[in-house]
Amino acid sequence: MLCALILASGTGSRMGNTTMPKQFLNIGTKPIIIHTIEQFLLIKEINKIVVTVSNEWKSHLEDLLKKYDINDVHIVQGGKDRHESVINGCKYIKNMFDVDDATIISHDAVRPFITRRIIEDNIKLIKDYDAIDTVIPATDTIVEVKHDIISNIPERKVMFQGQTPQTFKLKGFLEICENLSDDEKSILTDVCKVYYFKNKKIGYVFGETYNFKITTKFDLNIANSIVKGDIKL
Amino acid sequence: MINVRYKLINPKQLIEEFVEENVNNDEIIVRPKFLSICRADQRYYQGTRDKEILNKKLPLSLIHEAIGEIIYSKNDTYKVGMNVVMLPNIQDELSVNKNVLKENYDVNSKFRGSSCDGFMQQNVVCNIKNVLLIPNDNISLVFLELMSVVFNALEQFNKINKKSMESIVVYGDGSLSFITSLILKKTYQNSKIIVIGKHNEKLDYFTFVDEKYTIDNVPETLVYSHAFECVGGIGSEVALKQIIEKIIPQGLISLLGVSEYSISINTRMVLEKGLHLIGNSRSSIDDFKAAINFLQQYPDSINYLSNIISDVVEVKDIKDIDKAFMIDTTNYFKTIMKWDI
Repeated sequence: MLCALILASGTGSRMGNTTMPKQFLNIGTKPIIIHTIEQFLLIKEINKIVVTVSNEWKSHLEDLLKKYDINDVHIVQGGKDRHESVINGCKYIKNMFDVDDATIISHDAVRPFITRRIIEDNIKLIKDYDAIDTVIPATDTIVEVKHDIISNIPERKVMFQGQTPQTFKLKGFLEICENLSDDEKSILTDVCKVYYFKNKKIGYVFGETYNFKITTKFDLNIANSIVKGDIKL
Repeated sequence: MINVRYKLINPKQLIEEFVEENVNNDEIIVRPKFLSICRADQRYYQGTRDKEILNKKLPLSLIHEAIGEIIYSKNDTYKVGMNVVMLPNIQDELSVNKNVLKENYDVNSKFRGSSCDGFMQQNVVCNIKNVLLIPNDNISLVFLELMSVVFNALEQFNKINKKSMESIVVYGDGSLSFITSLILKKTYQNSKIIVIGKHNEKLDYFTFVDEKYTIDNVPETLVYSHAFECVGGIGSEVALKQIIEKIIPQGLISLLGVSEYSISINTRMVLEKGLHLIGNSRSSIDDFKAAINFLQQYPDSINYLSNIISDVVEVKDIKDIDKAFMIDTTNYFKTIMKWDI
Protein backbone atom coordinates (compact mmCIF):
# COMPACT_ATOMS: atom_id res chain seq x y z
CA MET A 1 0.00 0.00 0.00
CA LEU A 2 1.20 3.47 -0.89
CA CYS A 3 -0.12 6.38 1.18
CA ALA A 4 0.41 10.09 0.75
CA LEU A 5 0.73 11.85 4.08
CA ILE A 6 0.16 15.57 3.71
CA LEU A 7 1.40 17.57 6.68
CA ALA A 8 -0.89 20.51 7.30
CA SER A 9 -0.88 20.85 11.07
CA GLY A 10 0.89 24.21 11.23
CA THR A 11 -1.19 26.81 13.03
CA GLY A 12 -1.49 30.48 12.40
CA SER A 13 2.03 31.84 12.21
CA ARG A 14 1.42 35.42 11.20
CA MET A 15 1.62 36.09 7.50
CA GLY A 16 0.94 39.72 6.68
CA ASN A 17 -2.27 40.68 8.43
CA THR A 18 -3.75 37.23 8.64
CA THR A 19 -3.37 34.53 11.22
CA MET A 20 -4.94 31.82 9.10
CA PRO A 21 -2.49 28.94 8.68
CA LYS A 22 -0.69 29.49 5.41
CA GLN A 23 -1.83 26.18 3.90
CA PHE A 24 -5.38 27.58 3.88
CA LEU A 25 -4.52 30.82 2.06
CA ASN A 26 -5.35 31.05 -1.63
CA ILE A 27 -3.02 30.98 -4.53
CA GLY A 28 -4.91 31.58 -7.75
CA THR A 29 -8.49 30.75 -6.88
CA LYS A 30 -7.98 27.88 -4.44
CA PRO A 31 -6.37 27.30 -1.03
CA ILE A 32 -2.78 26.06 -1.17
CA ILE A 33 -3.70 22.77 0.53
CA ILE A 34 -6.29 21.97 -2.14
CA HIS A 35 -3.72 22.50 -4.90
CA THR A 36 -1.30 20.20 -3.06
CA ILE A 37 -3.87 17.44 -2.45
CA GLU A 38 -4.93 17.61 -6.12
CA GLN A 39 -1.39 16.81 -7.25
CA PHE A 40 -1.45 13.58 -5.23
CA LEU A 41 -4.98 12.68 -6.33
CA LEU A 42 -3.70 12.45 -9.91
CA ILE A 43 -1.12 9.75 -9.13
CA LYS A 44 -2.74 6.37 -9.66
CA GLU A 45 -0.12 4.43 -7.64
CA ILE A 46 -1.22 6.24 -4.48
CA ASN A 47 -3.92 4.25 -2.71
CA LYS A 48 -4.81 6.58 0.16
CA ILE A 49 -4.35 10.23 1.04
CA VAL A 50 -4.12 11.22 4.69
CA VAL A 51 -3.87 14.82 5.86
CA THR A 52 -2.75 15.83 9.33
CA VAL A 53 -4.35 19.00 10.61
CA SER A 54 -4.64 20.71 13.98
CA ASN A 55 -7.93 20.18 15.78
CA GLU A 56 -8.93 23.84 15.44
CA TRP A 57 -8.73 23.75 11.65
CA LYS A 58 -10.24 20.28 11.09
CA SER A 59 -13.75 21.54 10.31
CA HIS A 60 -12.34 24.21 8.04
CA LEU A 61 -10.45 21.59 6.04
CA GLU A 62 -13.53 19.36 5.88
CA ASP A 63 -15.54 22.26 4.46
CA LEU A 64 -12.87 22.98 1.88
CA LEU A 65 -12.73 19.34 0.74
CA LYS A 66 -16.51 19.38 0.39
CA LYS A 67 -16.45 22.66 -1.51
CA TYR A 68 -13.91 21.38 -4.00
CA ASP A 69 -15.65 18.02 -4.30
CA ILE A 70 -12.65 16.03 -3.04
CA ASN A 71 -13.60 12.71 -1.48
CA ASP A 72 -11.51 9.87 -0.13
CA VAL A 73 -9.17 12.06 1.87
CA HIS A 74 -8.65 11.04 5.50
CA ILE A 75 -8.14 13.71 8.11
CA VAL A 76 -5.99 13.00 11.16
CA GLN A 77 -5.22 15.22 14.10
CA GLY A 78 -1.67 16.54 13.92
CA GLY A 79 0.78 16.51 16.81
CA LYS A 80 2.52 19.23 18.77
CA ASP A 81 5.34 19.26 16.25
CA ARG A 82 6.12 17.91 12.79
CA HIS A 83 7.61 14.65 14.07
CA GLU A 84 4.56 13.89 16.18
CA SER A 85 2.25 14.67 13.25
CA VAL A 86 4.11 12.15 11.08
CA ILE A 87 3.83 9.53 13.82
CA ASN A 88 0.09 10.25 14.27
CA GLY A 89 -0.41 9.91 10.53
CA CYS A 90 1.52 6.62 10.40
CA LYS A 91 -0.39 5.15 13.35
CA TYR A 92 -3.69 6.16 11.75
CA ILE A 93 -2.70 4.48 8.48
CA LYS A 94 -1.64 1.31 10.32
CA ASN A 95 -4.87 1.06 12.31
CA MET A 96 -7.45 2.46 9.91
CA PHE A 97 -6.31 0.46 6.89
CA ASP A 98 -5.27 -2.52 9.00
CA VAL A 99 -1.85 -2.85 7.42
CA ASP A 100 1.35 -4.16 8.94
CA ASP A 101 3.48 -2.09 6.60
CA ALA A 102 2.98 0.58 3.94
CA THR A 103 5.06 3.02 1.94
CA ILE A 104 4.50 6.57 3.11
CA ILE A 105 5.20 9.55 0.89
CA SER A 106 5.06 12.54 3.23
CA HIS A 107 4.79 16.08 1.90
CA ASP A 108 4.40 19.60 3.23
CA ALA A 109 0.97 21.01 2.43
CA VAL A 110 2.64 24.36 1.75
CA ARG A 111 4.60 23.06 -1.25
CA PRO A 112 1.87 23.16 -3.94
CA PHE A 113 4.28 23.21 -6.89
CA ILE A 114 5.20 19.58 -6.35
CA THR A 115 5.40 17.87 -9.71
CA ARG A 116 4.38 14.46 -10.89
CA ARG A 117 8.00 13.68 -11.76
CA ILE A 118 9.21 14.30 -8.19
CA ILE A 119 6.44 12.12 -6.71
CA GLU A 120 7.07 9.31 -9.19
CA ASP A 121 10.85 9.43 -8.64
CA ASN A 122 10.22 9.04 -4.89
CA ILE A 123 7.94 6.07 -5.51
CA LYS A 124 10.41 4.39 -7.85
CA LEU A 125 13.48 4.86 -5.65
CA ILE A 126 12.06 3.78 -2.27
CA LYS A 127 12.30 0.17 -3.48
CA ASP A 128 16.11 0.38 -3.10
CA TYR A 129 16.44 2.41 0.11
CA ASP A 130 15.12 2.73 3.66
CA ALA A 131 14.08 6.30 3.03
CA ILE A 132 14.14 8.89 0.23
CA ASP A 133 14.66 12.61 0.56
CA THR A 134 13.96 15.24 -2.08
CA VAL A 135 16.81 17.71 -2.48
CA ILE A 136 18.10 20.51 -4.67
CA PRO A 137 21.74 21.55 -4.98
CA ALA A 138 22.62 24.44 -2.66
CA THR A 139 23.21 27.58 -4.68
CA ASP A 140 24.39 29.66 -1.73
CA THR A 141 27.35 28.72 0.42
CA ILE A 142 26.13 27.04 3.62
CA VAL A 143 27.64 28.45 6.77
CA GLU A 144 27.45 26.71 10.14
CA VAL A 145 27.35 28.98 13.18
CA LYS A 146 27.94 27.86 16.75
CA HIS A 147 28.29 30.11 19.79
CA ASP A 148 28.14 33.27 17.69
CA ILE A 149 31.04 32.35 15.45
CA ILE A 150 31.26 30.57 12.13
CA SER A 151 32.29 27.06 12.99
CA ASN A 152 32.26 25.46 9.58
CA ILE A 153 31.88 26.35 5.89
CA PRO A 154 31.31 23.06 4.08
CA GLU A 155 32.20 22.68 0.42
CA ARG A 156 29.15 23.94 -1.48
CA LYS A 157 29.41 21.24 -4.17
CA VAL A 158 28.39 18.56 -1.69
CA MET A 159 25.67 20.61 -0.03
CA PHE A 160 21.98 20.17 -0.88
CA GLN A 161 18.80 21.70 0.48
CA GLY A 162 16.12 19.35 1.70
CA GLN A 163 12.57 19.61 0.37
CA THR A 164 9.66 17.19 0.52
CA PRO A 165 8.34 14.61 -0.31
CA GLN A 166 10.17 12.27 2.01
CA THR A 167 9.35 8.65 1.47
CA PHE A 168 9.77 5.77 3.91
CA LYS A 169 8.35 2.47 5.18
CA LEU A 170 5.74 2.77 7.91
CA LYS A 171 6.77 -0.29 9.93
CA GLY A 172 10.47 0.52 10.12
CA PHE A 173 9.81 4.15 10.93
CA LEU A 174 7.42 3.42 13.80
CA GLU A 175 9.85 0.84 15.22
CA ILE A 176 12.70 3.36 15.24
CA CYS A 177 10.52 6.08 16.75
CA GLU A 178 9.28 3.86 19.59
CA ASN A 179 12.85 3.51 20.83
CA LEU A 180 13.84 7.16 20.68
CA SER A 181 14.53 9.00 23.93
CA ASP A 182 12.85 12.35 24.58
CA ASP A 183 16.13 14.13 23.91
CA GLU A 184 16.52 12.34 20.59
CA LYS A 185 12.93 13.15 19.66
CA SER A 186 13.55 16.84 20.30
CA ILE A 187 16.35 17.03 17.73
CA LEU A 188 15.05 14.48 15.21
CA THR A 189 12.34 16.67 13.70
CA ASP A 190 12.78 15.42 10.19
CA VAL A 191 11.92 11.93 8.88
CA CYS A 192 15.20 11.48 7.01
CA LYS A 193 17.16 12.74 9.99
CA VAL A 194 15.64 9.91 12.02
CA TYR A 195 16.85 7.41 9.44
CA TYR A 196 20.25 9.10 9.25
CA PHE A 197 20.57 8.93 13.04
CA LYS A 198 19.99 5.19 12.86
CA ASN A 199 22.57 4.71 10.06
CA LYS A 200 19.96 3.64 7.53
CA LYS A 201 20.38 3.84 3.79
CA ILE A 202 18.82 7.09 2.54
CA GLY A 203 18.53 7.86 -1.16
CA TYR A 204 17.62 11.15 -2.78
CA VAL A 205 15.75 12.47 -5.76
CA PHE A 206 16.10 15.92 -7.22
CA GLY A 207 13.37 18.39 -6.40
CA GLU A 208 12.84 21.69 -8.16
CA THR A 209 13.58 25.24 -7.02
CA TYR A 210 9.90 26.03 -7.50
CA ASN A 211 8.90 23.22 -5.13
CA PHE A 212 9.47 25.79 -2.41
CA LYS A 213 7.75 26.06 0.94
CA ILE A 214 5.33 28.97 1.17
CA THR A 215 6.22 30.41 4.55
CA THR A 216 6.29 34.18 4.15
CA LYS A 217 4.17 36.87 2.54
CA PHE A 218 6.93 37.17 -0.06
CA ASP A 219 6.61 33.45 -0.88
CA LEU A 220 2.85 33.83 -1.20
CA ASN A 221 3.23 36.71 -3.63
CA ILE A 222 5.73 34.71 -5.67
CA ALA A 223 3.39 31.68 -5.68
CA ASN A 224 0.48 33.82 -6.90
CA SER A 225 2.61 35.38 -9.61
CA ILE A 226 3.72 31.92 -10.78
CA VAL A 227 0.14 30.66 -11.02
CA LYS A 228 -0.98 33.79 -12.87
CA GLY A 229 1.81 33.28 -15.41
CA ASP A 230 3.53 36.53 -14.44
CA ILE A 231 6.71 34.61 -13.63
CA LYS A 232 8.10 32.30 -16.31
CA LEU A 233 10.41 29.57 -15.14
CA MET B 1 -5.13 21.74 -10.36
CA ILE B 2 -1.86 23.55 -10.83
CA ASN B 3 -0.65 22.40 -14.20
CA VAL B 4 2.70 22.88 -15.91
CA ARG B 5 2.81 23.76 -19.59
CA TYR B 6 6.10 23.56 -21.45
CA LYS B 7 6.10 26.52 -23.77
CA LEU B 8 8.26 27.72 -26.60
CA ILE B 9 8.84 31.45 -26.05
CA ASN B 10 11.49 31.93 -28.73
CA PRO B 11 13.01 29.49 -31.21
CA LYS B 12 14.89 26.80 -29.23
CA GLN B 13 13.89 28.42 -25.94
CA LEU B 14 11.44 26.51 -23.77
CA ILE B 15 10.08 27.53 -20.38
CA GLU B 16 7.83 25.96 -17.75
CA GLU B 17 4.63 27.88 -17.15
CA PHE B 18 2.36 27.12 -14.22
CA VAL B 19 -1.33 27.56 -14.76
CA GLU B 20 -4.29 26.96 -12.49
CA GLU B 21 -6.88 24.86 -14.27
CA ASN B 22 -10.33 23.91 -13.14
CA VAL B 23 -12.04 20.83 -14.50
CA ASN B 24 -15.73 20.92 -15.47
CA ASN B 25 -18.03 17.91 -15.45
CA ASP B 26 -17.60 17.39 -19.19
CA GLU B 27 -13.84 17.49 -18.92
CA ILE B 28 -11.22 14.93 -17.92
CA ILE B 29 -7.52 15.11 -17.11
CA VAL B 30 -5.19 13.13 -19.33
CA ARG B 31 -1.59 12.34 -18.53
CA PRO B 32 0.27 12.27 -21.87
CA LYS B 33 2.30 9.09 -22.43
CA PHE B 34 3.71 9.45 -25.92
CA LEU B 35 4.05 12.64 -27.94
CA SER B 36 5.16 12.68 -31.54
CA ILE B 37 7.07 15.57 -33.07
CA CYS B 38 5.60 16.80 -36.34
CA ARG B 39 7.36 18.93 -38.93
CA ALA B 40 5.03 21.78 -37.98
CA ASP B 41 6.30 21.61 -34.37
CA GLN B 42 9.85 21.53 -35.62
CA ARG B 43 9.30 24.64 -37.74
CA TYR B 44 8.16 26.55 -34.65
CA TYR B 45 11.01 25.15 -32.56
CA GLN B 46 13.70 25.97 -35.13
CA GLY B 47 12.12 29.35 -35.89
CA THR B 48 11.78 28.68 -39.60
CA ARG B 49 8.25 30.11 -39.73
CA ASP B 50 7.85 33.78 -40.70
CA LYS B 51 8.87 36.12 -37.92
CA GLU B 52 5.39 37.67 -37.94
CA ILE B 53 3.78 34.26 -37.39
CA LEU B 54 6.22 33.44 -34.59
CA ASN B 55 5.52 36.77 -32.89
CA LYS B 56 1.80 36.11 -33.11
CA LYS B 57 1.79 32.49 -31.95
CA LEU B 58 4.53 32.26 -29.31
CA PRO B 59 4.57 31.52 -26.38
CA LEU B 60 2.98 28.20 -27.26
CA SER B 61 3.00 24.61 -26.03
CA LEU B 62 3.82 22.51 -29.06
CA ILE B 63 2.71 19.01 -30.18
CA HIS B 64 -0.63 17.93 -31.63
CA GLU B 65 0.02 14.17 -31.88
CA ALA B 66 -0.33 12.43 -28.53
CA ILE B 67 -1.89 9.58 -26.62
CA GLY B 68 -2.27 9.33 -22.87
CA GLU B 69 -4.04 7.87 -19.86
CA ILE B 70 -7.04 9.32 -18.06
CA ILE B 71 -6.00 10.26 -14.53
CA TYR B 72 -9.12 12.15 -13.46
CA SER B 73 -12.69 11.78 -14.61
CA LYS B 74 -16.22 11.87 -13.33
CA ASN B 75 -17.57 10.47 -16.57
CA ASP B 76 -18.92 6.90 -16.78
CA THR B 77 -17.59 6.25 -20.27
CA TYR B 78 -14.17 7.79 -19.90
CA LYS B 79 -12.81 6.26 -16.71
CA VAL B 80 -9.54 6.68 -14.85
CA GLY B 81 -6.90 4.30 -16.19
CA MET B 82 -8.30 4.19 -19.73
CA ASN B 83 -6.08 5.11 -22.67
CA VAL B 84 -7.13 7.82 -25.08
CA VAL B 85 -5.98 9.60 -28.16
CA MET B 86 -6.30 13.35 -27.74
CA LEU B 87 -7.79 15.25 -30.66
CA PRO B 88 -6.04 18.49 -31.55
CA ASN B 89 -8.97 20.12 -33.29
CA ILE B 90 -11.23 21.99 -30.89
CA GLN B 91 -14.43 23.19 -32.47
CA ASP B 92 -16.03 26.38 -31.28
CA GLU B 93 -19.48 25.39 -30.02
CA LEU B 94 -20.91 28.75 -31.03
CA SER B 95 -19.48 28.70 -34.53
CA VAL B 96 -21.97 29.76 -37.20
CA ASN B 97 -20.27 27.42 -39.66
CA LYS B 98 -20.79 24.38 -37.45
CA ASN B 99 -23.35 22.67 -39.65
CA VAL B 100 -21.79 23.67 -42.94
CA LEU B 101 -18.13 22.77 -42.65
CA LYS B 102 -16.13 19.83 -41.38
CA GLU B 103 -14.71 21.11 -38.12
CA ASN B 104 -11.15 20.95 -39.37
CA TYR B 105 -11.96 23.57 -42.00
CA ASP B 106 -13.91 25.85 -39.68
CA VAL B 107 -11.86 29.01 -39.17
CA ASN B 108 -13.35 29.35 -35.72
CA SER B 109 -11.94 25.98 -34.62
CA LYS B 110 -8.76 25.96 -32.60
CA PHE B 111 -5.89 23.61 -33.21
CA ARG B 112 -3.56 22.38 -30.46
CA GLY B 113 0.04 23.42 -30.90
CA SER B 114 -0.94 26.18 -33.35
CA SER B 115 -3.84 28.40 -32.32
CA CYS B 116 -3.92 27.15 -28.72
CA ASP B 117 -1.58 25.24 -26.42
CA GLY B 118 -0.60 21.77 -27.57
CA PHE B 119 -0.05 18.59 -25.58
CA MET B 120 3.38 19.46 -24.16
CA GLN B 121 1.94 19.78 -20.66
CA GLN B 122 2.31 17.88 -17.40
CA ASN B 123 -1.37 16.95 -17.62
CA VAL B 124 -3.89 17.96 -20.25
CA VAL B 125 -7.45 19.03 -19.44
CA CYS B 126 -9.61 17.76 -22.31
CA ASN B 127 -13.29 18.02 -23.04
CA ILE B 128 -14.65 14.49 -23.49
CA LYS B 129 -15.63 15.49 -27.04
CA ASN B 130 -11.94 15.83 -27.82
CA VAL B 131 -10.75 12.37 -26.83
CA LEU B 132 -11.39 8.86 -28.12
CA LEU B 133 -10.76 5.63 -26.27
CA ILE B 134 -8.01 3.41 -27.64
CA PRO B 135 -7.53 -0.26 -26.76
CA ASN B 136 -4.05 0.05 -25.22
CA ASP B 137 -1.05 2.34 -24.96
CA ASN B 138 0.97 0.86 -27.82
CA ILE B 139 3.45 3.56 -28.79
CA SER B 140 2.49 3.34 -32.47
CA LEU B 141 -1.01 4.59 -31.64
CA VAL B 142 0.56 8.02 -31.35
CA PHE B 143 0.31 8.02 -35.17
CA LEU B 144 -3.51 8.03 -35.05
CA GLU B 145 -3.48 11.79 -35.62
CA LEU B 146 -1.36 11.50 -38.74
CA MET B 147 -3.53 8.59 -39.91
CA SER B 148 -6.67 10.66 -39.35
CA VAL B 149 -5.25 13.32 -41.68
CA VAL B 150 -4.95 10.65 -44.39
CA PHE B 151 -8.52 9.47 -43.75
CA ASN B 152 -9.73 13.05 -44.09
CA ALA B 153 -7.93 13.24 -47.44
CA LEU B 154 -9.37 9.89 -48.54
CA GLU B 155 -12.90 10.98 -47.73
CA GLN B 156 -12.58 14.08 -49.92
CA PHE B 157 -10.84 12.04 -52.60
CA ASN B 158 -13.65 9.47 -52.72
CA LYS B 159 -16.30 12.17 -52.96
CA ILE B 160 -14.80 13.35 -56.24
CA ASN B 161 -13.30 10.20 -57.70
CA LYS B 162 -15.38 8.45 -60.33
CA LYS B 163 -12.66 6.36 -61.97
CA SER B 164 -11.38 2.91 -61.11
CA MET B 165 -8.00 3.02 -59.45
CA GLU B 166 -5.69 0.45 -61.02
CA SER B 167 -2.70 2.33 -59.79
CA ILE B 168 -2.25 5.08 -57.22
CA VAL B 169 0.94 7.07 -56.94
CA VAL B 170 2.16 8.54 -53.65
CA TYR B 171 4.88 11.19 -53.78
CA GLY B 172 7.18 11.50 -50.79
CA ASP B 173 9.35 9.18 -48.69
CA GLY B 174 8.64 10.54 -45.21
CA SER B 175 6.25 9.53 -42.44
CA LEU B 176 3.13 10.99 -44.08
CA SER B 177 3.90 9.22 -47.33
CA PHE B 178 4.57 5.95 -45.47
CA ILE B 179 1.24 6.13 -43.62
CA THR B 180 -0.69 7.21 -46.72
CA SER B 181 0.80 4.34 -48.76
CA LEU B 182 0.04 1.85 -46.00
CA ILE B 183 -3.58 2.96 -45.68
CA LEU B 184 -4.03 2.95 -49.47
CA LYS B 185 -2.46 -0.50 -49.83
CA LYS B 186 -4.71 -2.01 -47.18
CA THR B 187 -7.85 -0.18 -48.29
CA TYR B 188 -7.46 -0.71 -52.02
CA GLN B 189 -5.97 -4.17 -52.13
CA ASN B 190 -6.52 -4.55 -55.88
CA SER B 191 -4.79 -1.29 -56.73
CA LYS B 192 -1.13 -1.00 -57.49
CA ILE B 193 0.50 1.40 -55.01
CA ILE B 194 3.55 3.19 -56.38
CA VAL B 195 5.76 5.41 -54.23
CA ILE B 196 8.06 8.05 -55.65
CA GLY B 197 10.59 9.54 -53.27
CA LYS B 198 13.99 11.12 -53.14
CA HIS B 199 16.08 8.85 -50.93
CA ASN B 200 16.56 5.15 -51.66
CA GLU B 201 17.46 4.44 -48.03
CA LYS B 202 14.07 5.80 -46.93
CA LEU B 203 12.19 4.08 -49.71
CA ASP B 204 13.65 0.79 -48.42
CA TYR B 205 11.17 1.00 -45.53
CA PHE B 206 8.19 0.88 -47.93
CA THR B 207 8.24 -2.93 -48.26
CA PHE B 208 4.47 -3.29 -48.64
CA VAL B 209 4.04 -1.18 -51.80
CA ASP B 210 4.06 -2.57 -55.33
CA GLU B 211 6.64 -0.29 -56.94
CA LYS B 212 8.94 2.48 -55.81
CA TYR B 213 11.19 4.90 -57.67
CA THR B 214 13.32 7.89 -56.94
CA ILE B 215 11.97 11.05 -58.52
CA ASP B 216 14.90 11.29 -60.94
CA ASN B 217 14.44 7.71 -62.06
CA VAL B 218 10.74 7.40 -62.86
CA PRO B 219 10.09 5.24 -65.95
CA GLU B 220 8.88 7.25 -68.92
CA THR B 221 6.12 4.73 -69.44
CA LEU B 222 4.64 5.34 -65.98
CA VAL B 223 1.29 7.10 -66.22
CA TYR B 224 -1.45 7.23 -63.61
CA SER B 225 -4.80 8.76 -62.89
CA HIS B 226 -4.61 9.21 -59.10
CA ALA B 227 -1.84 10.81 -57.05
CA PHE B 228 -1.25 11.78 -53.44
CA GLU B 229 1.36 14.48 -52.82
CA CYS B 230 2.92 13.93 -49.39
CA VAL B 231 6.19 15.78 -49.91
CA GLY B 232 5.73 19.19 -48.31
CA GLY B 233 8.32 21.95 -48.00
CA ILE B 234 10.03 23.24 -51.12
CA GLY B 235 10.03 19.68 -52.50
CA SER B 236 6.27 19.99 -53.12
CA GLU B 237 7.02 22.09 -56.18
CA VAL B 238 9.20 19.48 -57.88
CA ALA B 239 6.76 16.71 -56.99
CA LEU B 240 3.75 18.61 -58.29
CA LYS B 241 5.58 19.51 -61.50
CA GLN B 242 6.15 15.83 -62.21
CA ILE B 243 2.67 14.76 -61.13
CA ILE B 244 1.02 17.31 -63.43
CA GLU B 245 3.22 16.18 -66.31
CA LYS B 246 2.58 12.47 -65.85
CA ILE B 247 -1.00 12.22 -64.67
CA ILE B 248 -3.61 11.45 -67.32
CA PRO B 249 -6.22 14.07 -68.28
CA GLN B 250 -8.97 14.55 -65.69
CA GLY B 251 -6.78 12.89 -63.09
CA LEU B 252 -7.12 13.53 -59.38
CA ILE B 253 -4.36 14.98 -57.20
CA SER B 254 -4.71 14.99 -53.44
CA LEU B 255 -2.44 17.53 -51.74
CA LEU B 256 -1.28 16.68 -48.22
CA GLY B 257 2.26 18.02 -47.94
CA VAL B 258 2.43 21.24 -45.94
CA SER B 259 4.79 23.86 -47.27
CA GLU B 260 5.96 27.07 -45.67
CA TYR B 261 6.76 28.34 -49.18
CA SER B 262 4.45 29.65 -51.85
CA ILE B 263 4.56 26.74 -54.28
CA SER B 264 4.32 27.33 -58.06
CA ILE B 265 1.89 25.17 -59.96
CA ASN B 266 1.79 24.79 -63.73
CA THR B 267 -1.82 25.93 -64.00
CA ARG B 268 -1.69 25.97 -67.81
CA MET B 269 -1.29 22.20 -67.82
CA VAL B 270 -3.83 21.78 -64.99
CA LEU B 271 -6.36 23.58 -67.20
CA GLU B 272 -5.29 21.76 -70.33
CA LYS B 273 -5.70 18.36 -68.68
CA GLY B 274 -8.77 19.29 -66.62
CA LEU B 275 -7.12 18.07 -63.43
CA HIS B 276 -8.69 18.04 -59.99
CA LEU B 277 -6.54 19.27 -57.12
CA ILE B 278 -7.88 18.63 -53.63
CA GLY B 279 -6.42 20.41 -50.62
CA ASN B 280 -6.45 18.63 -47.30
CA SER B 281 -5.65 19.80 -43.84
CA ARG B 282 -6.06 18.31 -40.41
CA SER B 283 -8.97 16.00 -39.56
CA SER B 284 -12.24 15.57 -37.71
CA ILE B 285 -13.35 13.17 -35.00
CA ASP B 286 -14.82 10.84 -37.65
CA ASP B 287 -11.42 10.59 -39.32
CA PHE B 288 -9.90 9.53 -35.98
CA LYS B 289 -12.63 6.90 -35.64
CA ALA B 290 -11.82 5.68 -39.16
CA ALA B 291 -8.14 5.42 -38.17
CA ILE B 292 -8.96 3.42 -35.04
CA ASN B 293 -11.25 1.09 -37.06
CA PHE B 294 -8.52 0.65 -39.66
CA LEU B 295 -6.07 -0.62 -37.03
CA GLN B 296 -8.68 -3.03 -35.72
CA GLN B 297 -9.35 -4.30 -39.23
CA TYR B 298 -5.67 -4.52 -40.18
CA PRO B 299 -3.78 -5.20 -36.95
CA ASP B 300 -0.50 -5.91 -38.73
CA SER B 301 -0.43 -2.22 -39.62
CA ILE B 302 0.76 -1.56 -36.07
CA ASN B 303 3.98 -3.42 -36.88
CA TYR B 304 4.53 -1.31 -39.99
CA LEU B 305 3.87 1.87 -38.02
CA SER B 306 6.46 0.90 -35.44
CA ASN B 307 9.05 0.80 -38.26
CA ILE B 308 8.85 4.57 -38.68
CA ILE B 309 9.69 5.32 -35.05
CA SER B 310 13.23 6.57 -35.56
CA ASP B 311 13.83 7.42 -31.91
CA VAL B 312 12.09 7.34 -28.56
CA VAL B 313 13.44 10.02 -26.25
CA GLU B 314 12.62 9.71 -22.58
CA VAL B 315 11.64 13.17 -21.36
CA LYS B 316 12.27 13.78 -17.67
CA ASP B 317 12.94 17.50 -17.78
CA ILE B 318 12.85 20.44 -20.11
CA LYS B 319 16.39 19.74 -21.40
CA ASP B 320 15.18 16.37 -22.68
CA ILE B 321 12.56 18.17 -24.80
CA ASP B 322 15.37 20.18 -26.42
CA LYS B 323 17.26 16.93 -26.94
CA ALA B 324 14.26 15.30 -28.64
CA PHE B 325 13.82 18.24 -31.03
CA MET B 326 17.52 18.23 -31.88
CA ILE B 327 17.61 14.46 -32.47
CA ASP B 328 14.50 14.76 -34.64
CA THR B 329 16.32 16.94 -37.16
CA THR B 330 18.61 14.04 -38.06
CA ASN B 331 15.97 11.30 -38.13
CA TYR B 332 14.50 9.74 -41.26
CA PHE B 333 11.07 9.41 -39.74
CA LYS B 334 9.37 10.14 -36.41
CA THR B 335 10.79 11.09 -33.03
CA ILE B 336 8.57 10.16 -30.11
CA MET B 337 8.84 11.66 -26.64
CA LYS B 338 8.10 9.22 -23.81
CA TRP B 339 6.58 11.64 -21.35
CA ASP B 340 8.02 11.16 -17.85
CA ILE B 341 8.30 14.83 -16.99
